[in-house]
Amino acid sequence: MSKGRTVIPIGPYHPLQEEPEFFRLHVEGEKVVGLDIDLGYNHRGIEKLAENLTYDQVPFLVERICGICSTSHPFAGVQAIEDVGNFDIPERAKYIRTFIGELERLHSHLLWLGLAGHFMGYNTVWMWAWKYRESVLDLFELLTGNRNHYGMMKAGGVRRDFADEDIPRVVQVLDGLVRPVMMFRDVALADPVLQARTKHVGCLTKQDCIELGALGPTARASGYDIDVRRDHPYAAYDKVKFNVITTQTGDIFDKVVVRVLEMLESVSICKQCAQKLLEVKGPIDAEYKEIPAGEGIGTHEAPRGEVIHYTRSDGTNKPVRYKIRAPSYMNVATNMRAAVGYTISDATLTLAAIDPCYCCTERTLVVDAGTGKRIMTGKDLLKLSQEKTLKLLEKYPSRMDKIWI
Amino acid sequence: MEEAVIKGIKDRFGDAIIDVYEKSPRRTYVTVDPARLPDVAEYLYKDVGCRFSIATGMHMAHGIEILYHFPLDRANWFINLRVILDVDKPSIESIARRVPASEWIEREMHELLGIEFRGHPDMRHLLLTDDWPEDNWPLRRDWKDWRGGDNVKG
Repeated sequence: MSKGRTVIPIGPYHPLQEEPEFFRLHVEGEKVVGLDIDLGYNHRGIEKLAENLTYDQVPFLVERICGICSTSHPFAGVQAIEDVGNFDIPERAKYIRTFIGELERLHSHLLWLGLAGHFMGYNTVWMWAWKYRESVLDLFELLTGNRNHYGMMKAGGVRRDFADEDIPRVVQVLDGLVRPVMMFRDVALADPVLQARTKHVGCLTKQDCIELGALGPTARASGYDIDVRRDHPYAAYDKVKFNVITTQTGDIFDKVVVRVLEMLESVSICKQCAQKLLEVKGPIDAEYKEIPAGEGIGTHEAPRGEVIHYTRSDGTNKPVRYKIRAPSYMNVATNMRAAVGYTISDATLTLAAIDPCYCCTERTLVVDAGTGKRIMTGKDLLKLSQEKTLKLLEKYPSRMDKIWI
Repeated sequence: MEEAVIKGIKDRFGDAIIDVYEKSPRRTYVTVDPARLPDVAEYLYKDVGCRFSIATGMHMAHGIEILYHFPLDRANWFINLRVILDVDKPSIESIARRVPASEWIEREMHELLGIEFRGHPDMRHLLLTDDWPEDNWPLRRDWKDWRGGDNVKG
């Protein structure tokens, strides 16, 4: 270790997040010069467990991989199982699946937006974003019976039908989300302090994205135009109209913009599906009884990027092998390039920008490498980030200084 | 597009392409000679422009199998490279230096299935704890929990 270099451990546990991870920030003074990532604190052996469950039980298991994008894994999983036998599903089920997938993107992006606001010191953004997220969760409760872990996916279709009389309420809530999202968009685009904090910070080039396999908004913010919904259409994504949002710079600002604009697309997709559900009637389950021997791949564009599931079947009712790859598996690795070269106060934001939201400030300690003495706690690090915003507020004339802090 | 890619790898790698199985119009599985796998993977990634999604390792009756999943986004197509390794000493050259995104999944397959990836830049544990024994691979069929607890029921 060179002279003057300090290691800042971030993690592994943080009460705000759903999965523990451990980052070691190597810093020289204020500047981050290296990053080491340690995984496995939440390794539960789900792939091994899936080999002991039937194809009807597997979607319930994989739904519990993540609490935020809980439908993404069963969505990809049931498609992998259907791909084994090249099964098709009823049209109504396709629209219901698409609707659930997009509604989840809405609540996930709102959650991320709130956390990003909190880490920057804009606690009003945090509270407001989560307030609007509540209405999305209420919709989930109305339609599926649960605010999270909806249990909607099954191989061959979906488990619950939507009632026609719920659709007007659904459309009303979705319409109500447009104004707040537009407000967030205007804040992001117009606020000079937010721009000063996020522009040209944590930049990821398109080449980095291709090499490290970045996915979802993380990739699209760098101009890497990939989206499973458009490139490998599934469910009803080839029947609805939507735009794939891309920006070019790859900094945190662009990642905010991509996610905010994607929310508007999700509202539009959900409304198209709701409209179609009034017209398209029929069964919601193809009721396949047996899965033949073979193998299948299923993908889904989760809020954070492509989820891919692979299953191998030997003709019995249990998979021989069940492979899962979540988007964060690829996205977390991009931090090794995105965080290096910037300051510590930016690192918390950069780690959060890919949306496993790994600021992990609560358990963070800055340890003096020479003496082993704790010189900075997680609270201090959060304060450092929020103080930087405050300093910028003095520097830039902003209409936000009264409202947002 | 799909035919052109298959023809391209057959022309370039000849005997190394053992089998081509078109499961459906959107999914093709290509069995490759393990010795040439890195070259085929590099060709798909750099020349054809496929993305590297992930690799799946599995312990089957006929040996240790690895599937490398390469989606080609502009053609809505998945090409999957399959290699079959000897179960007693599974070993293959790493593709991590040619396809950087594969670095973590090779580490994972190394610790869970005991596959040796020759030339991998960083072969530390990824998911398991650092004190996990060297010859104990949880995703193998004959795995026994070294800590003595009940095995997962099969």
